Amino acid sequence: MIRLNDIALPGLALAVLAAIAASEKMTDRSNPPGPVRITYWEKWTGAEFDGIKGMVDDFNRSQNRIHVDILSISDVGNKTMLAVSGGIPPDIAGLWGPNVPQYVDDNAVIPLDDFCLEAGIKEEDYIPAYWQIATYKGHVYALPSTPASTALHYNTRLLQEAGITKPPVTLEEMDAMAEKMTKKNPDGTIKVAGFLPAEPGWWNWGWGYLFGGRLWDGKDKITANSADNVKGFEWVQSYSKKYGPAQVQSFKSGFGNFSSPQNAFMSEQVAMEIQGVWMHNYTSLYAPKLKWAASPFPYPSTRPDRKDTTFVDMDVLVIPRGAKHPKEAFEFIRFVQEQKNMEKLCLSHQKNSPLRKVSDDFWKRHGNPYIRLFDRLAYSKNAVNTPRIGIWPEYQSEINNAFDEIALNRKTPQDALDAVVARMQPKLDQYLRRLEMRQKVNH
Amino acid sequence: MKRSKEGLAGYLFAAPWLIGMSVFLLYPLASSIYYSFCDYSVLKPPVWVGMENYRELFQDEVFWKAAGNTAMYAVMALPIGMATAMGLAMLLNSKVRGMTVYRTIFFLPSLVPMVSLAVLWLWLLNGEHGIVNELLKHGGIKGPNWLGDPAWSKPALMLTGIWGVGNSMLIYLASLQDVPTSLLEAAQLDGANAWQKTRNVTIPMISPVILFNLVMGIIGTLQVFAVPYVMFPGGSPARSTYFYAMYLFDNAFRYNKMGYASAMGWIMFLVILTLTFISLRLSDKHVHYGGS
Repeated sequence: MIRLNDIALPGLALAVLAAIAASEKMTDRSNPPGPVRITYWEKWTGAEFDGIKGMVDDFNRSQNRIHVDILSISDVGNKTMLAVSGGIPPDIAGLWGPNVPQYVDDNAVIPLDDFCLEAGIKEEDYIPAYWQIATYKGHVYALPSTPASTALHYNTRLLQEAGITKPPVTLEEMDAMAEKMTKKNPDGTIKVAGFLPAEPGWWNWGWGYLFGGRLWDGKDKITANSADNVKGFEWVQSYSKKYGPAQVQSFKSGFGNFSSPQNAFMSEQVAMEIQGVWMHNYTSLYAPKLKWAASPFPYPSTRPDRKDTTFVDMDVLVIPRGAKHPKEAFEFIRFVQEQKNMEKLCLSHQKNSPLRKVSDDFWKRHGNPYIRLFDRLAYSKNAVNTPRIGIWPEYQSEINNAFDEIALNRKTPQDALDAVVARMQPKLDQYLRRLEMRQKVNH
Repeated sequence: MKRSKEGLAGYLFAAPWLIGMSVFLLYPLASSIYYSFCDYSVLKPPVWVGMENYRELFQDEVFWKAAGNTAMYAVMALPIGMATAMGLAMLLNSKVRGMTVYRTIFFLPSLVPMVSLAVLWLWLLNGEHGIVNELLKHGGIKGPNWLGDPAWSKPALMLTGIWGVGNSMLIYLASLQDVPTSLLEAAQLDGANAWQKTRNVTIPMISPVILFNLVMGIIGTLQVFAVPYVMFPGGSPARSTYFYAMYLFDNAFRYNKMGYASAMGWIMFLVILTLTFISLRLSDKHVHYGGS
């Protein structure tokens, strides 16, 4: 006689497995009726996200064939990478400009040349420095969402207090002013620093460019220890020597987060610093009473050719490899590139526009009183972006480490930068060799 | 007949776990061995490079720096952590009114999520405005710049580690309560003082738990990751807090060198395996199991 248990137990177990399989099937939503739904992963949160979300809503309202679902994703680069390798990438990803070479080398994004050709999107429409960020090895892989450039931001109140009437033009002038504006507490600790090369610390890798240095030769050579780069970092170290590395470290440890009223510049602890076009957005939010102004970052008096050195950067939109609806995805990217829409987006982020053509309305409605300066700087022949090189993340962490050693006075700039080259050159050689090898395997 | 049917049902019921285990654990484990011999960026098929990853690792300055940092951290944090946990457990094992309240208070910090813990300690240890240095100042000591000075960043991290001793403290406490009172009374009758009782009765009786906590501690400190990752971005200052697991993570997810990271993972596994084996071997003479 068969007892109930004999059937019930295996039966129940099978039912559980079947339920798992069925639920997998049920959650598969590949072809719902209506417009094509595409997904867009964006790195931003907060006010910047709202600006982009507004753009997505505009797009969704403008037509009824495509519906973009936008999702704010932390650490978007990594997650996109893993989603691509898992074969389920979003249709659009909002990455950082410096990510592009690494993603292209890893075959993670698709070229957009044909799409651009069809849509009539041309190099001439864009400010060259930004177009460069969107392209790699002669192909277009990304298009802008919002760009930025940097300038010297200075606290006009502190400047006046020190009896200075004009912002510095040369680096030597700035160093002298910084010294005048620096205030110390009775116990010798720093109260206000005129300038600190390590604040905000986002361009620690780039100080050599100010002296005409480059971090690589554009092909296969790491040039971190070139004479010009060494000069740049000697200038960085001069500040550690002036203030004392321990004093600077302890002063810096009192700074709050960038995006807070305790920000060193906004709380008037640092009188001058390099910042991007977005800074105005944050000062009006966290320090509306702060009196500040912006001017081109000073250049060394020995290098007048380095006038208007600025760091340019850009958020980009890419289509990951394996995206299910690349055509529809590009439709949205193209929409963002229209002058009217791009200006609306850049206004919402309070940044400059990557497009050459800018409407009068944009200038009028822009809140940043120095917006024309940032726009002009983006055209500078000394506009610097991160090296267009696939191993940049690793290279950057190496330079940041060298910067630490230099700022802490533990190594001379020459030694620290020699060490960077000694470490990175073999890595670049290997990277290029393996890139070639992988390409051979793929073909 | 019935037996085999029952067996089948058993396997079927266990199937979700068995499948999960093979798909999410055994398969990735096995493939990571293979990848450790490959150039693999996740996005392109792996390319076999033989021992190159391992060879490169042994010449990689940052690898040794990270391994050295990790070893130094383990050597500092492990004994202090174990002593703190055991000391607290012994104190909390005494018979005082309201003991459950004290036990809860001392256990609470280990319930704080790692990231919150890291952020909290960033404030406590702030070189300018931190409460730790403020207290030291009242004692007439000028506190160091915990987070910015390479010489103090590891001790700073160790301090945060002490906050997490609650779990091992709880295990000690449970085992302390298992020490037979008859033995303690016998020792007392023989004229043993408190220290002699602890030394000759309590510690031998809880020795298996000490061993367990030692092994778990070795594994835990060698894999230290979340707290330093939040507190010291990039292992700053000057890579003094760049630990093994952080370098592994960077290789895997920032530099897309999965093969290299896999090799690092297997080296770590072998090191932990060896250390565990050694501690089990060395403990043979010193650990007493009540059952045997």
